[in-house]
Amino acid sequence: MVEFNLPANSKVGVGKTVNVANGAKRAKTFKIYRWNPDDGQNPRVDSYVVDLDKFGPMILDAIIYIKNQVDSTLTFRRSCREGICGSCAMNIDGTNTLACLKAIEDVPGDVKIYPLPHMPVVKDLVPDLKHIYAQLASIKPWLQSQSPAPSRERLQSPEDRAKLDGLYECILCFCCSTSCPSYWWNGDRYLGPSILLQAYRWIADSRDEMTGERLDNLEDPFRLYRCHTIMNCTKACPKGLNPAKAIAEIKKLMVARR
Amino acid sequence: MANGSGRPLSPHLQVYKLPLTAVMSITHRITGVGLAVGTLLLVWWLVAAAAGPQAFARAQGFIGSFFGLLLMFGWSAALYYHLCNGIRHLVWDAGKSFELTDADRNNKVVLVATAVLTVLTWIVGLAVW
Repeated sequence: MVEFNLPANSKVGVGKTVNVANGAKRAKTFKIYRWNPDDGQNPRVDSYVVDLDKFGPMILDAIIYIKNQVDSTLTFRRSCREGICGSCAMNIDGTNTLACLKAIEDVPGDVKIYPLPHMPVVKDLVPDLKHIYAQLASIKPWLQSQSPAPSRERLQSPEDRAKLDGLYECILCFCCSTSCPSYWWNGDRYLGPSILLQAYRWIADSRDEMTGERLDNLEDPFRLYRCHTIMNCTKACPKGLNPAKAIAEIKKLMVARR
Repeated sequence: MANGSGRPLSPHLQVYKLPLTAVMSITHRITGVGLAVGTLLLVWWLVAAAAGPQAFARAQGFIGSFFGLLLMFGWSAALYYHLCNGIRHLVWDAGKSFELTDADRNNKVVLVATAVLTVLTWIVGLAVW
């Protein structure tokens, strides 16, 4: 359902300001969404004024510095710090991206950081991904075959392998799905760009023998066809992939098999 | 996602900087609704023409008034926008023009084509009128 306003328990208030940039040559303010599940209060935005010379160049460096040196209660996911694990996906300066790949100097003015949009919040910048993982499981993201297993690997020509380029690189950070207004309004049934790109990754795989069943599963007014080519997904993808195009390819296959 | 867990919903429209492609997508929908409403005006005009000279003069008078012309201008701009962007959707449905550079270029193509067609129509329209 389209609901432009946030529910009453989700309205964001103004929180505290912590200034630890005394004497800094390069000070910058980070405005970060906070929500504590234990204090019974609404979310708020806390401001941290910090010295950019105290840590590395990326947004992730800044929030790790804040957690380690300024406010240890700040909660977020991170792991690889080099854009391969997808953990530190969040909304930075109004766009979903990975904190580890976003340079601080690319953000003019104060840096506003929110969790991935339109998701239930577990704490601070940590969204609940339970539902989207269930959607991923629903498209069976593994190779399915009916023919007897060969004595060695299932071979694939270089040409067929090339069809997976731009698909296999997805790290499931969900920047795309949570940037999509259609997913915001209909995410309970619409699978969203990330899951549909995964679905196409297996449809496009020459070794997979369940293409028909995979398309059957997607032939649904909501699961696939809530995509209206808004293109936020492709704009947001920190890996430079093109979920909008993958969805269009699925739609084409739907027509082609009629 | 709405849920019963008591967890807050993270901000969405409140914080997201919508790219031009997204703004043009919602504009496509808004112009579509506008066109449906505008069609009522057209129906009234045609019905009035069939009803007789007095009714037609009244309809013609309203459409020819400043407010009427303003509505007509908005309607023609919406029509051309919806048409041009509709052609773009046709290209997308063929699986083409999905690169971000294509999208940025086509944003401009649709906007410029809409402006040119609208202005041209009004120049011709006002000259003939």
